[in-house]
Amino acid sequence: MSEVAGRRHQISLPQWATLPVVVGGFIVLAWIIIGLTVPLWAPYDPTMLAGRRFVPPGAEHWLGTDALGRDVFTRTLYGVRHSLPIAAAVIASAVVIGCTLGAIAGFVGGIVDEAIMRLVDVTLSFPAILLAMAVTAALGPGLANAAIAMIIVWWPIYARLMRAQVLAVREREHVEAAIASGATPSRVLFKHILPLCWSPIIVNATMDFGQVILLAASLSFIGLGAVPPTPEWGQMISDGALHFYRWWIAAGPGIAILTIVLGFNFLGDGLRDYLDPRSP
Amino acid sequence: MLGYIARRLIAMPFLLLGVITVAFLLTHFTTADPLTSIIGERQMNNPAVVAAARERWGLDRSLPEQYVVYLKNLLSGDFGTSFRTRQPVAQDLLVRLPATLELVIAAMIIGTLFGIALGVIAARFQNRAPDNLARLVALFGSSIPVFWLGLVVLFIFSVQLGWLPGPGRIDSRMPAPPFVTGFYTIDTLLDGNWAAFRSVLAQMILPACVLGWTVTGIVSRMVRASMLDVLSQEYILAARAKGAGELRILLHHALRNAMLPTLTILGFSFAYLITGAILTETIFTWPGIGSYAVAAARGLDHPAIIGVTIVGGMAFLISNLVTDITYALVDPRVKIGGRAAQ
Amino acid sequence: MREPLLQVRDLKVAFRTHGGAEFQAVCGINLDVERGQMHAVVGESGSGKSVTMLAIMGLLSPSARVSGSVRLEGEELIGKPERAMRRIRGARIGYIFQDPMSALNPLLTIGDQIAEAIRLHDRKITKRSAQERAVELLRLVAIPMAEQRALQYPHEFSGGMRQRVVIAMAMANEPSLLIADEPSTALDVTIQAQIMELLERLRAEKGVGIVLVTHDLGLVAGAASAVTIMYAGRVVEQGSVDEVFAWPRHPYTRGLLGSLPHPGRPKPRLDAIPGAPPPITMRPSGCAFHPRCTFAVERCLTEVPPLRSVGPSLSACHRAEELPPLATAMEAANAGR
Repeated sequence: MSEVAGRRHQISLPQWATLPVVVGGFIVLAWIIIGLTVPLWAPYDPTMLAGRRFVPPGAEHWLGTDALGRDVFTRTLYGVRHSLPIAAAVIASAVVIGCTLGAIAGFVGGIVDEAIMRLVDVTLSFPAILLAMAVTAALGPGLANAAIAMIIVWWPIYARLMRAQVLAVREREHVEAAIASGATPSRVLFKHILPLCWSPIIVNATMDFGQVILLAASLSFIGLGAVPPTPEWGQMISDGALHFYRWWIAAGPGIAILTIVLGFNFLGDGLRDYLDPRSP
Repeated sequence: MLGYIARRLIAMPFLLLGVITVAFLLTHFTTADPLTSIIGERQMNNPAVVAAARERWGLDRSLPEQYVVYLKNLLSGDFGTSFRTRQPVAQDLLVRLPATLELVIAAMIIGTLFGIALGVIAARFQNRAPDNLARLVALFGSSIPVFWLGLVVLFIFSVQLGWLPGPGRIDSRMPAPPFVTGFYTIDTLLDGNWAAFRSVLAQMILPACVLGWTVTGIVSRMVRASMLDVLSQEYILAARAKGAGELRILLHHALRNAMLPTLTILGFSFAYLITGAILTETIFTWPGIGSYAVAAARGLDHPAIIGVTIVGGMAFLISNLVTDITYALVDPRVKIGGRAAQ
Repeated sequence: MREPLLQVRDLKVAFRTHGGAEFQAVCGINLDVERGQMHAVVGESGSGKSVTMLAIMGLLSPSARVSGSVRLEGEELIGKPERAMRRIRGARIGYIFQDPMSALNPLLTIGDQIAEAIRLHDRKITKRSAQERAVELLRLVAIPMAEQRALQYPHEFSGGMRQRVVIAMAMANEPSLLIADEPSTALDVTIQAQIMELLERLRAEKGVGIVLVTHDLGLVAGAASAVTIMYAGRVVEQGSVDEVFAWPRHPYTRGLLGSLPHPGRPKPRLDAIPGAPPPITMRPSGCAFHPRCTFAVERCLTEVPPLRSVGPSLSACHRAEELPPLATAMEAANAGR
């Protein structure tokens, strides 16, 4: 098939740079840049009054003002400075904790495996948002506690994923060869097994960024995450729901969440096509 | 296979125990005194209430004993008393269960039907415009915050266009139907109140569509995948050789065979819906367990939060169990169905 | 002379790939099938025989470009609108698939699937009549306890019985032409004989013309009266079975029959031809068979040999006249079965 004398593309793109990856990457990159640079160029301050209350969108306030007279557009842009770092922290922690436990479970097996997997099963027995709600309520409202709750909710997924990968890779020939040639267990684990386990983890983590942002927004919407006056998106939508007829208050953060989660989903989807083309 | 099902069933009570234990730990390891999480800040000054609570929940005894007391109370249906409603949580939940179930079932039906339609179209026009569109729709579905979608939809369809009514289960001017099942659709019909029935249906459209939307995406991906698999089978070509037309091929032959693996997704979508219901109910002021949970969380009503968490956990466990069992049941069928070439 | 039942002239099929390139799967073949005649089409994989059959039925994917002429009882099929083709498929042409297990829908009863073939072409027939006719058809193909069997599912039948069911489905509307695509390849040898016997009976009793697609020359010798040998999308030899088997005029045919002319080796061998047929994408220049042909000369590498009359048959070989008769080949083929 590869000897086909077909037409060649004019531009030579690397194989992973498919449309979803490019679009998704662009969106995510744009938001990261916004997050890093917005204090330099934002029209107003996100926590200070900028004008009259409930001003509809117009030339001075592109997305209008909210119940306290703060500029919605500015607050929307500033929101990413809370959502992205939290998501990154949550995912990083969940991946580290989950993958460690999952790798141990898969590699060591036996009662350790059983114990860890039971813990995973129990944690996954709850709908994510319910568990997060319960833990945050127990710990007290606030972004930090919400983050802890989300980490607790999220790590089991990676534990399961990692364990499955380790179990699959463990059976492969080069691992047996390494064991036969006398490598120590930790060497086998780190040098031969783990490097092959990463691709589903990466795909999952990328798509999970979007889901974590959604969960964080949901928690803030309920009142368990960010506390006012933080310009967090879920918070802002909750505000917007209160003042329903002033649609612009919720529109900004809603569209922001939509675009950034879409971006991560595209990225993850595209990455998955590249790394594992067989899944639907 | 029977062994697999048996093992899952045996695991259930243990998982349930795990769920309850987690709930217990959450109650007793809050930042404040566990007593606060049982009777609330305000009642802490009321010695009678404090004493009664200590007694009922065994708070002066050791932790393991408290655990046993907790279990005993749960088994007798005592989930504690809500701070806000002052009612037993168990009762609160029971009263609100039909509303949630009604919404979830309606959403399941709508979401699944749309998902199937989208999946069939995507498979039929594989890699062409309709397929890519379906993929986009699915992606959108998992990117939109459901609570925001509810707001947008309410705003557009109810406020701006006035096509559909606002939040609530029934028109606010009408009384609720006499209680038979708790399902307004059934109860209004049983009551013979046609106007009320129409109102109930109209009120249900928006929240059911919004909630159903959360599963349309995954259902459509699943249907697409299994349809593509089926369409490549030789019996489809054989049906064409008999002279069957495109529509008949898609619906009579392909979909029938594609539905089997799709069944596995139903249990999974139920779980999804439970999650989505929590926020959807809040937006649409739907008096179900979901909005109760949110109100409880907002008000730091710990017994209620824990009660909902346990119930939610149980529902989740059951739907996951159903998913796994359906999967096990479907699998041997699939082997018979021609994919025997391993 | 009356027009043949099926007349294929200069049939070409080209496939487009994603890259935009086009490949000729079938490069202009002619084929005649008479009423009540069994005409075998022989070739290895990649020869284009299945593609040809699907092209006749109009069942190729839209990315395929079909040109040429296919006339069924005088009616041109190429270019016919899909709706009209649907009326022909299953009614005037029956198709028998290679693997009966995958050709049957596992979730529908046998009776339903046969009845479907009937009802697709007869809108007015009642469900019950269609079911009754389905049972009759099961009896026609010698399935015992037909009435009970009609209510069963494909997985409850044995391989040979499933193939009979497929044949019953193909015969449901008394077609004038049957295309049997390797009908017994997926079955064991004893069942093969039974299926071939059934086909022969149908041919003799119902007068249906049969195109038998196969790679097994032994089957051809016993059943067909005419044979077309295909290689790499072209016809390399065509004629009556008696003639071709007695005196093959193409090295490929001779190879298939188990012997090749070679100076110093007059005795026939029963080996397969060394090498493999070329994939569609990588066909050699000139005569596509030349890499595997012990008889090839320089001309064969550059010039595509045209199909021309050589004795009573047609052959596409530059050196066809030089090939001697092969009296022993037929006996060898029969003896080996």
